[in-house]
Amino acid sequence: MSEFFGAVGQFAFLQYALATGIMASIACGVIGSYVVTRRISYVAGAISHFVLGGMGLARYLNVVHGWSFLNPLQGAVISALAAAVIIGMVSMRAKEREDTVIGALWAVGMAVGIIFIARTPGYNQDLMSYLFGNILMVSPADIYLIAALDGLVLIVGLAFYNQLLAVCFDEEFARLRGINVELFYLLLLCLTALTVVILVNVVGIILVIALITLPAAVAGHFTNTLWKMMIVAAGLSALFTVVGLAVSYSPNLPAGAMIIVVAGITYLAVTLSAGYIHRRRSAAR
Amino acid sequence: MNTKAADSDAVIQCDGLHFAYNGDPVLTDVTFSIAPRDFVSVVGPNGGGKTTLLRLILGLLNPQRGTIHVLGKSPEQVRPLVGYVPQHFIFDMHFPIRVIDVVLMGRLRGVSRLGRYSKDDQQAALAALGEVEMDSFARRHIAELSGGQRQRVLIARALASDPKLMLLDEPTAHVDTVTQTELMNILTGLNQRMTVLMVTHDAAFVSPYVKSVLCVNRKASIHPTDQLTGEMIMDIYGDDVRYVRHDHPRWDAHQGESSHE
Repeated sequence: MSEFFGAVGQFAFLQYALATGIMASIACGVIGSYVVTRRISYVAGAISHFVLGGMGLARYLNVVHGWSFLNPLQGAVISALAAAVIIGMVSMRAKEREDTVIGALWAVGMAVGIIFIARTPGYNQDLMSYLFGNILMVSPADIYLIAALDGLVLIVGLAFYNQLLAVCFDEEFARLRGINVELFYLLLLCLTALTVVILVNVVGIILVIALITLPAAVAGHFTNTLWKMMIVAAGLSALFTVVGLAVSYSPNLPAGAMIIVVAGITYLAVTLSAGYIHRRRSAAR
Repeated sequence: MNTKAADSDAVIQCDGLHFAYNGDPVLTDVTFSIAPRDFVSVVGPNGGGKTTLLRLILGLLNPQRGTIHVLGKSPEQVRPLVGYVPQHFIFDMHFPIRVIDVVLMGRLRGVSRLGRYSKDDQQAALAALGEVEMDSFARRHIAELSGGQRQRVLIARALASDPKLMLLDEPTAHVDTVTQTELMNILTGLNQRMTVLMVTHDAAFVSPYVKSVLCVNRKASIHPTDQLTGEMIMDIYGDDVRYVRHDHPRWDAHQGESSHE
């Protein structure tokens, strides 16, 4: 661990990695708290897996057809927003079952991504970094896009805090207070999509669902308001990211996987001890 | 026509209302009007259309035929002036939210305000909590409250917007009889300045505070409570209901010592 903190001063790629991790954690805390309380973590999962299709297609067009203006990260933004809009529209008006559509997007997005990646010359090293993240490979150009997305998500997510809280807690009452519930649900899904894209850079497509839910779930044990939950979740997410990075550095383990393991252990420990304390209290009564 | 003009000050005016779910009629030719400051208990068998009628009045459903006016306007236009209290047990008790945060939701007006609630909003929310004697619980988490306390918080949330009409969906369901009496006392107090309409399960309609009973079973008819007879009740519920006369001097008299004349 100490080796990592010594190296941060020397290597730019570690500084980029840390900056990405911290920025991602702030969005993760704010939007993750909405996702957990509104119980749509499976929607976040579907969006993140669908993103592989967008990244694969963007890279294919870039490499094979020379679309140099398009990179995989931009492909991720477009496909994530598309998935959010499709899921939102289905849940609002279609007669189709929402969970079926979510499952379909989840798998079809991955399938499309795999096909395009197979058709693109190059190493399948890229596939692994899309799936499990490679925070050490974040480029300065990526950092600017991540920072812009982060700013956008935070400004919108906090400006409409009261409206989003009402929609998450009691949709019917929110509608009666003149809030366009459908529009705000769609907005929440789009914010979730952008947060997913930011987090894909840190832990990859498959592990995003854990990083978006676990910090908020742990924070939920210690907080009684949504905004406190957001602050604690952002702090925990930053802690998991930095600890995961530092622990993985010396033995050269995959950083994204280590971040998730740290988050998972914390979640398990907190949930089990909370359950134990609860039982002790009930027994004492 | 003349009747239209005479009813123009009605708080709720329904004319020939018809509503069906997927072709199955729930309400047919429902016509009634409710006068200002009335205290109405909506009764009827399950599946008879009580909840549907409530949702029509709130503008959450639209009638296939007929018209509905609330305070002289369409239900959607008049929403800012209507307070709504759902059943308390539908909420997620793990949601990170305090009593005051729930009540502040009553101060929302679309997206006109961004960011934090104003001082006025905070004061109005605390005043509403005071009215239901829950102001000392403002910073508690909702899971720390009893069912009756949670129901009071929801009444406070509806009050925070200063409504002219209060609609409640079975406010006394799933709470004990002492709490039922306390809730009825709160609603009676509110009835001094606003019209109250509540959907009730059967037991509550013997309350002497209720001024009118709106019987809903496919059709609807409204009766002042002092004119309600056994035949009317059998008419609504069918013959298998036995009518028992309750000649208690006060609603809460049979609760034992809790009566306060």
